[in-house]
Amino acid sequence: MKTFILCYLATTMGLSIFIFQDTELKESMQRGSEIYADFCVTCHLEKGEGVANTFPPLAGSDYLIKNREGSIRGIKYGQNGTLIVNNITYKGVMPPMGLEDEEVVDVMNFIANSWGNTTNEIVTLEEVQAIQKK
Amino acid sequence: MKNSVLLTCLLIIISYSSCAQDPANEVTIPEKVPFSATLLIDDILAPWGMAFLPDGSLLVTQKTGELYHFKNGKKTSISNTPETYQRGQGGLLDVQVHPDFKNNGWIYLSYASSEGEEKGGHTALMRGQLKNNTLTNHQLLYKASPNTTKGQHFGSRIAFDDKGYVYLTIGERGARDVNPQDISRDGGKIYRFNADGSIPKDNPFYNTKNAKKAIYSYGHRNPQGLVKHPKTGEIWNHEHGPRGGDEINIVKAGANYGWPVITYGINYSGTPITDQTKMEGMEQPIHYWLPSIAPSGMAFITTDTYGADYNGSLLVGSLKFQYLERLEMNGTKVVNREKLMGDIGRVRDVEEGPDGIIYVAVEGKGIYTLTPTK
Repeated sequence: MKTFILCYLATTMGLSIFIFQDTELKESMQRGSEIYADFCVTCHLEKGEGVANTFPPLAGSDYLIKNREGSIRGIKYGQNGTLIVNNITYKGVMPPMGLEDEEVVDVMNFIANSWGNTTNEIVTLEEVQAIQKK
Repeated sequence: MKNSVLLTCLLIIISYSSCAQDPANEVTIPEKVPFSATLLIDDILAPWGMAFLPDGSLLVTQKTGELYHFKNGKKTSISNTPETYQRGQGGLLDVQVHPDFKNNGWIYLSYASSEGEEKGGHTALMRGQLKNNTLTNHQLLYKASPNTTKGQHFGSRIAFDDKGYVYLTIGERGARDVNPQDISRDGGKIYRFNADGSIPKDNPFYNTKNAKKAIYSYGHRNPQGLVKHPKTGEIWNHEHGPRGGDEINIVKAGANYGWPVITYGINYSGTPITDQTKMEGMEQPIHYWLPSIAPSGMAFITTDTYGADYNGSLLVGSLKFQYLERLEMNGTKVVNREKLMGDIGRVRDVEEGPDGIIYVAVEGKGIYTLTPTK
């Protein structure tokens, strides 16, 4: 009986965290999609496909998935210098967008979970605040 | 069967007639060009506007807020420039020099400003004078309102005509259904001022109740090219369409250029904005781009520096396809389009220097000059 209760508690707790995070993620992504339409879509395009050799893709981007910190830093402070995405080297400049940290969270959650992209962990405000300019 | 033949014919007719622009809207790559491009300034990575002083030296704005004076190979930073609102496409934007700079010393700057009560920013125009590499005697000439936190469409090109008026473009700030068609609101407009910022009494909406009196034309989306025609003295502009439908227009007093009621473009998502490309009481562009090149910066070639063929051509930067476009003109008609400086980078501005040399501002690179080849 004890084991059952413990199991039950653990499951409901786990589930509630999961569901809670899920709604939180959905809301963040919704806000992020509006940021994306305002600040990002002109270069990275509607489906995050980018422009070959000019504006790196976000959809299916290995950089975005493997270098979460660098991605957040790029959104927060702008991107300069070489960047390798899916084996293609990009040398363009993305000027700083002047987004609030909360907006960086939302747009990052949006791009990391759209067009087939997925992450296990939701991006949080604390995470974005902790990332500093290099 | 009969019906399907008829339908096919009808479809063909419709598809033909919907292509209002007759010359194939295609850009060609010339085999030879009469210039070589040299990188003159390599450390301004977000250039936005350029203007020349009478001595041939160059002023360059950088979007991140800096103004530079480039003279005899040396770049000097100008201090005391206006505080700018850095968000999205906003920042320090265009620079222009008064046509009588020699006597009055006025330099005009446009920028995104957060001045005002609401959160966010909107386009502003100011002027000041240079003293010992400092901008002094600041005068705020116009500040659009209300502020918004949208990152889009500040417009911001400045041009002077031959009569002493100064023109400023302001984009619709991402509020396409609210601003461009409403002359009581800022945004989606081209403005005309006297050189001191006062509003000319013969502006088209000067006596219209509730109108912003500085408005000269409306129904624009995001104009980032503005230039005086060297022969007619008319002001020409170009503007970003949505997906497709970038336009070149001749700016006329009180005219409505139709955004978003009529356009040759569609939404970024591929959905239509409107099926209307023409309407009574709204101006047609003299040229539109399909697909969009994302035009920025605009200059006429007024000399034979690059040969007689080039004289009279219009130059436009392409942000999207990263080249400089030469539009060969026959009056107001585009007869040929050429791709110059292919894959150079996002071309933000282009200007003709007092010596007839073309200067090109490229994001991530700096300022190029086009040296004529003999």
